[in-house]
Amino acid sequence: MNRFAELLDRLAYEPGRNNKLRLITNYFRSVEDPDRGYALAALTGALSFKHAKPGLIRDLIAERTDPMLFALSYDYVGDLSETVALMWPRQSDQPLHNNPPPPTLTEVVTTLRTLGKTEIPKQLSRWLDDLDETGRWALLKLVTGAMRIGISARLAKTAAAALGDKDAHEVELLWPGLAPPYLNLFAWLEGCGEKPVNRDPAPFRPVMLAHAVEEADFATLDPADYAAEWKWDGIRVQAVSGRGPQSHIVSRLYSRTGEDISKSFPDLLPSLHLPGAIDGELLVLRQGRVQSFNVLQQRLNRKVVSPKLIKDYPIHLRAYDLLADDETDLRDLTFAERRERLLAFIARLGDPRVDLSPTIAFDSWEALAAARREPASAGAGADAEAVEGVMLKRRDALYLPGRPKGQWWKWKRDPYIVDAVLMYAQRGHGKRSSFYSDYTFGVWTGDDGDAQLVPVGKAYFGFTDEELLQIDRFVRRNTTEKFGPVRQVVHEPDQGLVLEVAFEGLQRSTRHKSGVAMRFPRINRLRWDKPPREADRLETLERLLKSEASESAEAAPD
Amino acid sequence: MSSGSAYINDMRPQDILTPQPAGLCCKPGGFHIDPVRPVERALITHGHSDHARAGHGAVLATQETLDMMRLRYGENFARSTQAVAYGEELRLGDVAVKFHPAGHVLGSAQIAVTSGNTKIVASGDYKDAPDPTCMPFEVVPCDIFITEATFGLPVFRHGDAADEVRKLLASLTLFPERAHLVGAYSLGKAQRVIALLRAAGFDAPIYLHGAMEKITRYYQSRGVDLGELRAVKGMKKAELAGTITLAPPSATSDIWTRRFPDPVTAFASGWMRVRARARQGGVELPLVISDHADWDGLTATIKATGAREIWVTHGQEDALVHWCKMQGLAARPLDLVGYGDEDSGEGDVASSDAEDA
Repeated sequence: MNRFAELLDRLAYEPGRNNKLRLITNYFRSVEDPDRGYALAALTGALSFKHAKPGLIRDLIAERTDPMLFALSYDYVGDLSETVALMWPRQSDQPLHNNPPPPTLTEVVTTLRTLGKTEIPKQLSRWLDDLDETGRWALLKLVTGAMRIGISARLAKTAAAALGDKDAHEVELLWPGLAPPYLNLFAWLEGCGEKPVNRDPAPFRPVMLAHAVEEADFATLDPADYAAEWKWDGIRVQAVSGRGPQSHIVSRLYSRTGEDISKSFPDLLPSLHLPGAIDGELLVLRQGRVQSFNVLQQRLNRKVVSPKLIKDYPIHLRAYDLLADDETDLRDLTFAERRERLLAFIARLGDPRVDLSPTIAFDSWEALAAARREPASAGAGADAEAVEGVMLKRRDALYLPGRPKGQWWKWKRDPYIVDAVLMYAQRGHGKRSSFYSDYTFGVWTGDDGDAQLVPVGKAYFGFTDEELLQIDRFVRRNTTEKFGPVRQVVHEPDQGLVLEVAFEGLQRSTRHKSGVAMRFPRINRLRWDKPPREADRLETLERLLKSEASESAEAAPD
Repeated sequence: MSSGSAYINDMRPQDILTPQPAGLCCKPGGFHIDPVRPVERALITHGHSDHARAGHGAVLATQETLDMMRLRYGENFARSTQAVAYGEELRLGDVAVKFHPAGHVLGSAQIAVTSGNTKIVASGDYKDAPDPTCMPFEVVPCDIFITEATFGLPVFRHGDAADEVRKLLASLTLFPERAHLVGAYSLGKAQRVIALLRAAGFDAPIYLHGAMEKITRYYQSRGVDLGELRAVKGMKKAELAGTITLAPPSATSDIWTRRFPDPVTAFASGWMRVRARARQGGVELPLVISDHADWDGLTATIKATGAREIWVTHGQEDALVHWCKMQGLAARPLDLVGYGDEDSGEGDVASSDAEDA
């Protein structure tokens, strides 16, 4: 438990992704089975035991400490688990007291799985007696199920994969067939065991991704080599069906990273009644019309999927590739061949919730550029508003995991642009940890006499290294106030820095003071030439919001 | 003078030492302890700038404390100075004073003031944990003990500083291409961290921010073995990979850090025990190393002095006063202001910019 606690402790402070990976991989390398397996389970959220309630923890500490001292301490620390971990009274005031060794992670996890509810308080206090401050903190985080240390399941799997110089995709592929403490996985990763077999009838397959195309690329590309499709502004998914043990159909929906998101979309699963694996886009369709991403967002990250949600936000799958047809793996076929199989598959499926993403006919890059500019008149029709550009796919490209060069290209429509004023800056992470590289920017609101800036977004990329140095210098020289790692930067009508911000879309937000939230904002250009008073106003953004909202309203069912 | 001594015997403790705006005042002895404003005669417990200020008439302190004041303020920091040795008894006015080791930093002292049958010990800042860079803390039996309360909450338990240094060395092994930047107060903490690193077997050169060179060299001149130390100034970025640099806390968040390759920001302080505090300061590797007594140290020391009455100053007075009362001890907060808000050995994570050094 102590080594796991040390890992959690260090991860909780480490901002950099690569450094987090190093810490986790190093832990997997130095800790033996089955402890490391249970750690992997804890980090991926794969542990299943009934979590202890905060009330129980409060009772335990109340039996051991003075209420006034506890109240003063809790008020100072601000976190229950941490306060209890820090002020838990030491047991061994007698030196050389014959203390049992602190519990291992395995002991904690396996005991919690079998323990009855009434036995938990006693067991928990025994463990708290045996652990040090960090150990107690980690234990309490674990048993209350509130780890919150900024580690995704994907990151933990990537760290495990690195143990055997494997790609995270490979682990992801095997994952559904594995269970804690993952002895066979670690044996394989360390080269002393067979590769585990995923017996999942509906496994995830690593996805193929596209590069962003640049103007200059077109000179080297031959239009005849490529097929083009609309790039839909939805969620990339993989819909997989297979035959289970009693040859009934098992269907699953995966995100592009391999996360099983079937539970959020129960209404789509019955439509996947043929064995196969579709690569496509998840969209909301109302009366046959694709809705904007803002509408789709209402269906994402929902714990409970109510019948009303299903009715108001009818989910739809728009298919653009077929990775498996029944038992046959199609990934070694060319795109053109797979497309033929896809057409036949969708026809056989014959389900209104699943349709085909159409191709765009073009004979020159100019023609495709025109289609990208005006999707409505180039075949996308009423769905044009949900098109965020075009995709180019080599006709002879095999389905390769990752982002292979020169096979698939994305050509996004031009972003929205707004001039905003830098308001706050925060130090970056990793390579940029010595620079202020996270920027909060705002636009003007209110009347001329009493105009003020309201924050509308945050961006931490888009600028060049040279521009980063310039902004960093500006931030340090023009700081007006500091809040921990955040600096407030001068932002007056005549004093401050104007940033040209590019973004992909806008939505209403109750979390932001401005009432709007940008999608994918980035710094496009530094406008040293522009005084802050000439930056954009909130009304500009609100108009954009209205035009997007009216589109979805028009199509909403009455 | 029998009537005079009878008068002194009857003196109430609060008339022997009285909190005043200038600091703790001993009227019968004609001096102040650690005054925050210029006074005629000052007794100084230790060299941190919130306790040892310039501009007093006469200053009485240990040789080390006087030397440190001279380093910081120049030769003329006081009109006259007098060095006192630990255990040496001096008569000042109607009281006797004696300096005892406080274990806080090099030269730090508790000051015992005796008037008639009443002995009051003003601890200044102290710690009961081992520290190879200064004399160990001495328990001084007394009637009234004036304790600091910087870490006067039961959540503050500092643990073994050697374990924290092991954490730093483990990080250095795991990230050999990154520079490790340790924020530490330049008087006391920095030298203790260096000594702990040496004790843990780390024998590579340790780098210093310009602001800590003078005081660290002084420690060395007093016979504290710190191994090979180098100035970080003038080093090439690549050469600092895998090295440890000590810097004032304010410098670790400054433009100054640009010279280091992907620095890991560590901070050695008792405050690092509380996560939220460490995060606010942007610390990536908190090291719980303190030059103040933790909760267990404060409470154990109070018991060990045998004092019947406890006066609590600068820090978390409420909890410690409450604890004393639970033990049946008379206790009250002494409302002294001006301590713990500067480079005080353990003020909060500093936020001011240090000059490029």
